[in-house]
Amino acid sequence: MVVSAPAAPSRFEEVDSITIRFAGDSGDGMQVVGTQLTNVSAIMGNDIATFPDFPAEIRAPAGTLAGVSGFQVHFASTDIHTPGDSLNCLVVMNPAALKTNLKDLQPGGILIVNADSFGVTDLGKAKYATNPLEDGSLKGYRIVKVAIDKLNREALKDSNLAIRDADRCKNFFALGLVFWMFERSQETTIKWLHAKFGKKPDILQANISALKAGYNYGETVELMPIQYRVAKAKISPGTYRKITGNEALAMGLVAACELANKTMVCASYPITPATDVLHQLADMKNFGVKTIQAEDEIAAVGMALGASYGGAIGITGTSGPGVCLKSEAINLAVMTELPLVIIDVQRGGPSTGLPTKTEQSDLLQAFFGRNGESPVAIIAPKTPGDCFNMAFEAIRIATEFMVPIFILSDGYIANGAEPWLIPEVDNLPKIKINHPTGPNSQGSSATHENGAGEPGKFLPYKRNENLVRPWAIPGTIGLEHRIGGIEKQDVTGNINYEPANHEHMVWTRAQKVANIAKTIPDLVVEGDQEGELLVIGWGGTYGTIATGVQKARLNGWKIGQVHFQYLNPFPKNTAEVFQKFKYFLVPELNRGQLLLLLRGTFLIDAKGLNKIQGKPFLVSEIMDGIKPYFHSNGNADNS
Amino acid sequence: MTVTALPTLKPADFASDQEIRWCPGCGDYSILAQTRKALSTVPFPKEKMVFISGIGCSSRFPYYMNTYGFHTIHGRAPTFATGLKLAQPDLMVWVVTGDGDGLSIGGNHLIHALRRNIDIKILLFNNEIYGLTKGQYSPTSRLGTRTKTSPGGSIDAPIRALSLALAAEATFVARTMDLDPAHTASTLQRVAAHKGSAFVEIYQNCKIFNDGVFNYVTDKALRSDNALYLVHGKPMVFGKDNNKGIRLNGLDPEVVTIGKDCALDDIMVHDETAANPTMAYLLSRFAYPDFPEVFGVLRNVSEPTYDELMAKQMADSLAKKGKGDLRKLFRNDDLWTVE
Repeated sequence: MVVSAPAAPSRFEEVDSITIRFAGDSGDGMQVVGTQLTNVSAIMGNDIATFPDFPAEIRAPAGTLAGVSGFQVHFASTDIHTPGDSLNCLVVMNPAALKTNLKDLQPGGILIVNADSFGVTDLGKAKYATNPLEDGSLKGYRIVKVAIDKLNREALKDSNLAIRDADRCKNFFALGLVFWMFERSQETTIKWLHAKFGKKPDILQANISALKAGYNYGETVELMPIQYRVAKAKISPGTYRKITGNEALAMGLVAACELANKTMVCASYPITPATDVLHQLADMKNFGVKTIQAEDEIAAVGMALGASYGGAIGITGTSGPGVCLKSEAINLAVMTELPLVIIDVQRGGPSTGLPTKTEQSDLLQAFFGRNGESPVAIIAPKTPGDCFNMAFEAIRIATEFMVPIFILSDGYIANGAEPWLIPEVDNLPKIKINHPTGPNSQGSSATHENGAGEPGKFLPYKRNENLVRPWAIPGTIGLEHRIGGIEKQDVTGNINYEPANHEHMVWTRAQKVANIAKTIPDLVVEGDQEGELLVIGWGGTYGTIATGVQKARLNGWKIGQVHFQYLNPFPKNTAEVFQKFKYFLVPELNRGQLLLLLRGTFLIDAKGLNKIQGKPFLVSEIMDGIKPYFHSNGNADNS
Repeated sequence: MTVTALPTLKPADFASDQEIRWCPGCGDYSILAQTRKALSTVPFPKEKMVFISGIGCSSRFPYYMNTYGFHTIHGRAPTFATGLKLAQPDLMVWVVTGDGDGLSIGGNHLIHALRRNIDIKILLFNNEIYGLTKGQYSPTSRLGTRTKTSPGGSIDAPIRALSLALAAEATFVARTMDLDPAHTASTLQRVAAHKGSAFVEIYQNCKIFNDGVFNYVTDKALRSDNALYLVHGKPMVFGKDNNKGIRLNGLDPEVVTIGKDCALDDIMVHDETAANPTMAYLLSRFAYPDFPEVFGVLRNVSEPTYDELMAKQMADSLAKKGKGDLRKLFRNDDLWTVE
């Protein structure tokens, strides 16, 4: 159905939520307008969730399938946790964008098409044999064909811009159309354009004109018989901003270091999708943050650990392929028992894999991807905003326990955005860090061999009640000592190859990591506290799993949900929680990595629900995974 | 504020309580002794000196120094040193490495540490062999070197460590040898005084797997004819009779006899501070038997160090943006308030 100017006047329809995706060439500015729609919706009081999806190539040949970039926004009057399973509205700037995105548009969904980009050449680049706008293949959608190129050029004909430059504003024309259709205010975007292009008045004016022209075109020709309205969401009071996982990580790390009164040294090598964290930290030197772009991943982790040795908070950020390269230095941190924060923003693997797509397949690498018995702490934020909290936890655990710690983020929460209730600085935790200033040996030389009992001596591997050694830093008078990767004698830290000592040290390092469990929160069960099925997730899948479980429980099914933010060690009540359920379903964006750990650690007969497509779960996929466990009468059936 | 004078230290104050485990006759003993001696004369607090090493025989060095020490992983010592220096710019950070550790597995880090001019001091013990793994050819082994992994003789062209350091824009480049203790000590004192990345190649004899590989300069009877000791501002003269020198013929250096081929005035004069590293590079390529091999400081120039530039950027950012304020940071985007 092609909508031309309808006879009836336009009217509003109230809906709970709208999911919309902009798709075009990677040079078409889809990420920019998607972000604008997100900001505007958030400011208008909706809950929001976003999913940017872009190709690994910066600019694949224009118009080709490989070059399509998309940005999905879900805004709602209810509490939402996902960017939406399927689209109510799809905006496509060319045939390639249509071809790669149409499958996600709901039947009867609104399809806004830039009709000017469906020439023979454009169709050929997208490998269309016939024009889909004319061959009837799009029936079943509400198509809105708009000559965006022509209308946009017309709107900008009085500007001083060349046609090529005027064409670069057409994303704002499309945004204007969408603003009209979903009753969004233009004010925030115009303000943003002023901030962005204030020094380039021609470009500023052209973008504003394009935005307004798109909006007015919708209104004037009454593009659709109805417009949609989404009421404000009921959200806890307070001041909010939008935040991505990478932004939250950078802010959390800076805040934690500042409140701990510690210098941060972040050394990284550029790698998608983690580089953003380094970009942001590099611009925060006025917080005392030191960043360095290392010559490679190995150098980056070496610099971070060297900084930790020097008493700073050493941080390195990367993605899976970088973790491979850092393994040896992480093991040095295990052996020398120094704090080290490793951020792994996971992407599709193995090898180069899917650089811009999400996956949860580095969990076992974080656990076991090093030689020897090498326990490290592992945590995983569950939402973009939770990256802030987990950054604090990473620094607390690393310094309180003198261990390397992984923060397992992923491409989905790293780039996805959600509203974030801005915390009060005074309420944030202040991590306490102590460095010894004098010797720590006690007793007489008779009490310990190798001089460990000699008074007035510094013993670098003498441990506290949690088995943690002191963090003595170079520059401290009288505490000169040597550490390294060769096995240590406990207490003295001297090189030691004795069999019994090695075994003792292996168990000690493991117990020290296990002791972290004393300081982390218990696992919280959402939904039914006991019952038939427990759905178990970790990391960035929280929003989707929670939504899926909530919906499935509407059937009266007894389902609980737990989500691990702490993976090594697991929270201390984990086994106790598991005892209250009969069946266990573990959705993961991998082949079943947490599943393997849970089965091995807790001897539960858990089953996996796995997706490895470089994309996050859909809510419907979680529900489909839950369904087989229940008869219509609500009793579980695991057949 | 009271200024306390630094305590007077002896070489023994730099000895740790650990038993030294190098092979008897190893050149490392002499280098260790000279390092302790040199540092005892350096006006710098001992607790602010740190020795960082990688893996290999030479990399056991930090265990034998009563300073802070970090025995890290193979080839990566410069990265840990860089991070440490970023955390605490006022430390004196030394890296001890070898030809395998520094030039093979760690070649990349060596290059980048040098080109950044971060204020660390890299001592590369070159024995042209892998010792700790029991005798395989190294990246500095000469063509034809027969080892367990090159039974037919090495066909890998060797790296010239000094040429590499110069190409990487090191601001201080020197060479010394284990069997000239006085020269080792004086070179290390000069290294200690340099600000910026310093690189010193130290010829070191491996008694077990490559004994005598540097005989032509370590044997005192041969040394004067095969070693050219560089002195800043002095002509490049060497030889038993002190009558041989280096003359430049176009871009080609040549060995000449003073009084026979030319006068003393025709001999190249060493300028370690030359901004242009070309002459230093020519010297770095002098190789036995065609040329005398050079010892001493090839290059010593002053450039802003990485630490200084970092400090400047930190100060500039502070001046421009003011002290970081978390409240503002959290609010650096569009905000909205829910009542």
